[in-house]
Order: sequence, then structure tokens, then C-alpha cells
Amino acid sequence: MKNSKEIIKLENISVAFDGETILNDISLKIDENEFITLLGPSGCGKTTTLRIIAGFLEPDKGDVIFDGKKINGVPAYKRQVNTIFQRYALFPHLNVYENIAFGLRLRKEKEDEIQKTVSEMLSLVNLKGFGNRNIASLSGGQQQRVAIARALAVKPRVLLLDEPLGALDLKLRKDMQVELKSIQQKLGITFIYVTHDQEEALSMSDTIVVMDSGKIQQIGTPTDVYNEPANAFVADFIGESNILDGIMHEDFSVEFAGIKFQCVDKGFKKDEPVDVVIRPEDVDVVPPEDGMLKGLVTSVTFKGVHYEIIVDVEGFKWMIQTTEKSEVDDYIGIVVKPEEIHIMKKSQYSGLYGDYSSFSDEFDELSDPTAESEEE
Amino acid sequence: MKQSSFLKKIINAPYMLWSVLFTVAPLIMVIYYAFTNADGAFSLDNIKQIGDYASTFILSMGYGAVATVICLLLAYPFAYFLAHCGVSFKRMSVMLVMLPMWMSFLIRTYSWMTILGDSGVVNNFLFLLGKKEPLPLLNTPGAVILGMVYNFLPYMILPLYTVMDKMDNSLVEAAQDLGSSKLNTLRRVILPLSVPGIASGVTMVFVPSVSTFYITQKLGGGQINLIGDVIEGQFQTAYNYNLGAALSLVLMVLILICLGVLNYFTDSEDNGGVLI
Repeated sequence: MKNSKEIIKLENISVAFDGETILNDISLKIDENEFITLLGPSGCGKTTTLRIIAGFLEPDKGDVIFDGKKINGVPAYKRQVNTIFQRYALFPHLNVYENIAFGLRLRKEKEDEIQKTVSEMLSLVNLKGFGNRNIASLSGGQQQRVAIARALAVKPRVLLLDEPLGALDLKLRKDMQVELKSIQQKLGITFIYVTHDQEEALSMSDTIVVMDSGKIQQIGTPTDVYNEPANAFVADFIGESNILDGIMHEDFSVEFAGIKFQCVDKGFKKDEPVDVVIRPEDVDVVPPEDGMLKGLVTSVTFKGVHYEIIVDVEGFKWMIQTTEKSEVDDYIGIVVKPEEIHIMKKSQYSGLYGDYSSFSDEFDELSDPTAESEEE
Repeated sequence: MKQSSFLKKIINAPYMLWSVLFTVAPLIMVIYYAFTNADGAFSLDNIKQIGDYASTFILSMGYGAVATVICLLLAYPFAYFLAHCGVSFKRMSVMLVMLPMWMSFLIRTYSWMTILGDSGVVNNFLFLLGKKEPLPLLNTPGAVILGMVYNFLPYMILPLYTVMDKMDNSLVEAAQDLGSSKLNTLRRVILPLSVPGIASGVTMVFVPSVSTFYITQKLGGGQINLIGDVIEGQFQTAYNYNLGAALSLVLMVLILICLGVLNYFTDSEDNGGVLI
């Protein structure tokens, strides 16, 4: 952020397992003290990227640069990065104290130094007095904290976190998000965080790297990625989006759903086909006579803060989040302001996402007996 | 509830009957014989005689220990390798390890005689190479140890393999991640975590090795008398059931003490023994 010295650089990394491409020409720069999140669906290559940085996996092609030096081929135990594993990987034959002291003992530090560091770490993760406890006697959240303490005890320059909160329940996950972020700020080290949870990514990160099919789809701050998604995949994966086919007639003028709209984007070719993204919360519901578009409400779901309304506008189902209640079969008008319209270039993902006439892909996949279950 | 506990009893009955008939009853008989003389009167004479066999006990324990250590040293790397190779290769290898168990123990031991004998396979091969005198292989301590290792090795490999196969690879990665070299990872993570397997394997090799008599008779040619041979002799030739029973009892106690010591050093809370 403020101190933008580069610590890790990935250059044109490619990896394939059994002829299947996992990472396809990934390049990425990571700064010191940055909280960077690799975000994507399972199988997108985010964990593989993390394992390459950790040294558990060698890329088929490309370079890994750490602090200006190429570290391809340097084994994991010689790298100044440490990992929080998905299922913590705490040593069951050692107690909490010895787990945290593990890395320090390997460095042959003095016993009083070790003791000092371990108790520092225990208080950092709020586990004072747990030193003698057996790992098996700890709850998931406590094990998580021990894993963090163990990795931080060796004072890594970069901490890699592989879906560290995936096994915790929602409430605890939220608390740990806040805690992880505050630990990162307190210690001022680089966190590289892997998750498939877009909300987690948005709330914790300085930078988000959105990945899919072994490629980086977009790198940006949470607000960038949310407000200016690079393509239909990013728009759909992060938050909810209505994605429509449009034609950019000229700068600041786009046509979709049969109507010309004013917008704030420019720099496209004349009459270039584009994807138009409109977030559900940016759509205003008005009486039909005042609407730019008109449609029939097909479903209304109460979400607490707002209602989620699905509106059928000439065959395209829009999702709208609004605090005003509508009823199913109401005929309503909708209004979209120019600054709420985001224009994206066409991509391989165009047409795949952004219509709310069906369930999510994940749901469809679950109901599809021929789909193979994939695991990273 | 009542019915199900009655059902449980019915299901358990054959097992209970079996263990009473073939475990508890013989044990009581062994104890009875050990503490009586030929006339059936109470006597401590048998126990007093045990002292004469102290050197045999020590020798047997020694042979058992050597065979166990060799089995452990051979089985450990093999089990580690097995746990880390492909699924189909793994399955085939485990089957190959178990394959000899499908054949009679007696035949397997007997076949070593034809391999190691003066006119056996090995010596015939040496004659071909121009050696004049046969190499004395059979009826040596080495042959006995070989017989023990050969026969009991699978019992060491299988529990070790089971433990290592179940071991979470992310623990190994975590150790490396924290700065542990390959050797340190083995010493500080893999070895401590495979202790339950080591304990089971050691038990399953040490106990039959210490008490064997067939292997010493066939491959030791009567030159090497271990406690199993002495006990067998008491029952089969000397017809001194009482001394034989006393020797068996002491052997049992010694083995229990050995295993007790082993368990004391290897047992940590939740690591139960792993039997294949």
C-alpha cells in the first residue's frame, strides 16, 4: 500500500498435471505488507499458485522471484514464506507449545528465546495458557489460531493462507476475518490469501486477484473489482450482476434491451458489441409509466435489509435489490442512472452469466449426474 | 433394550466359548502344571529349576531382538516407499507382501533348507563359479535369523504401511514449510507419528521369534537351542510337562514385560495399537 516495495513476482507461470493445464501463463506482482487475495471457484488454480510460491510445486514454465532473486528449485524449507494449511496440519504428537516452537527448534534457538516467542505468539492469537493442551482437545477455531501462531513464530516475510477459514462456522469466520486482518496490520507482513468466498475477499484484501481456468481474470482493489469488473466472469463471481448484451454506438452511449442509454464509458469502437453490467442494488423501481424499461415481477424474496426481486423484461430476467416491496405479477418500471452502467468488452465468458432465469451454475452442477465432482 | 442385550449375549457366546476353551483353560492348565510335580502335588521345584535355563532365555531374547530390529530396518523404508507410490502399484505390492502368508509356514521354512544346504541352490551356484568346498550356510545363527526375518517380515511391513498410508501429507509439508529438511522431517514428524505402527510390528515379530522352535530346528540344525526348543523338548521328549509349563509361563511373563516396557515408551494418549 504505502510502502510498495515488491517482494514476490511470478513471471509467466504455467503448470500442467497429466496433460491438463492448471495454470496458464500467470504473471503477478506482490508488494511488501500487502494483503492480496487469490479469488476464484474451485479448480481455478489459486491453490496451485500458492503451492508454487511456498515451494511445494515447481512450475513447468516461468519464474518465481522473491526479493529480486529467482527461487525456482529452492526447496520449501529454505524459503522465507510460511503457510497456513487448509486443515491446519498441526502435529498431533506435539502439544500447543511444541507445535508453535517447532520451527524455532529447527533453527536451534535458545530455550529462553523460544519460550519468549511462543508466549508472544500465544497472546497474539488469544490462546494464553493453552501451551500444554493437546491438539486433539482443541476446537476448530483454536486449532486455527495455533496454526497461525506456529507459522508466525518463525517470523516469515510472507504468510500464505490456503482457505484458512473454510472449516469454521459463519460467526467464527467473520470474527477470524477481522482478527487476521488486524494481525496482518500489526505485524506488517505480506499475506497471500486464497479463498473462493468473494465476501471474504472484498472485506479483507488490499488487492484481489480473480482467477478462473488457470488464468488471472482481473487484478485490482476490492472496489475496482466490484465496480469495474473486467469481464462477465468477474462481474458474476463477485456480487450479483445483471449482464446484458449491448452495442456501444459511440462514447457515452450504449444500446441494450432495445433502448439507448447514456453511460460514462468511452474508448470503444463505433457500434462495438459489449457486455453491460448493472448491479441489482443500482436499479431503481418506479411506476411503469416512469420506467425506462418495464417488466413483470416473477419472484420476490425478503432478505432482511432489502427485497430481492426478479423482473422479466422482454424475456431477460433482471435481479433488483430494493427496499420497496413489490408483489409477484406487479407490472413495474425500472430506471438505471448513467453512472450505474458498466460496459465491458466481450470475452469468452459473454453470454454465460448474468441472467437470473435459472439457478446458479453450482446448483445446476449438483443436479447433473454426469458432472464430475472436482476438488483442488 | 433387554432383548438387544440378550441378542448380544447370543452373538458373543461362540466367541466367549472359544476363548474359555482355547485361551483361558490352557492358561490355567499351564499355571497348574507349572506349580505341581509329576504326582500332582503343589511344588515350586519347576520354578526353582528355571535358573538353569537363564542363558537360554537370554539367547532367545537376543535372537528375537536381532530379528525384530532387522525386520524394522527393512520394513520401515519399504513401507514408506509403498505408502507414497501409485494406487495400482501399491495394491499389487501389498498383495505380494501377503502372498507368502498363503503358503504353509512349514513349507516356507523347509524350502530355505534346500536353498542354504551344502548341496543347495546357493552352494551349487558357487560350485559353478569354481568354488571347491561348500559354504556352510545352513545350521548357523545367520540362517536362524534369516528364517525369522523372512517369515515374520510381512507382520512388520503391514502395520507400518497402514500407519504411513494414513498419515496426512500436509503434516510433512507443514514441517518442511517451517524449515525442516528431509531428515529432520523424518525424525521430528514421520517417525513419531509412525510409532503406533512400530509398536504393533515389533510385537508381532518379536513374540513369535522369541518362542519359535521350528525355525531353529530346520535352519539351525539343532545347533542353536532357543527356549522354544527347550519347551518343546520337555513336552515331546522328556515328558516333563511340569517343567515345560513353568518355562512357558516364565517366557510369557518375560514377553509381557518386554511389551509393557515398549508400550510405556510408545504409548501417548490416543495412539492405540494398529493391527493391520
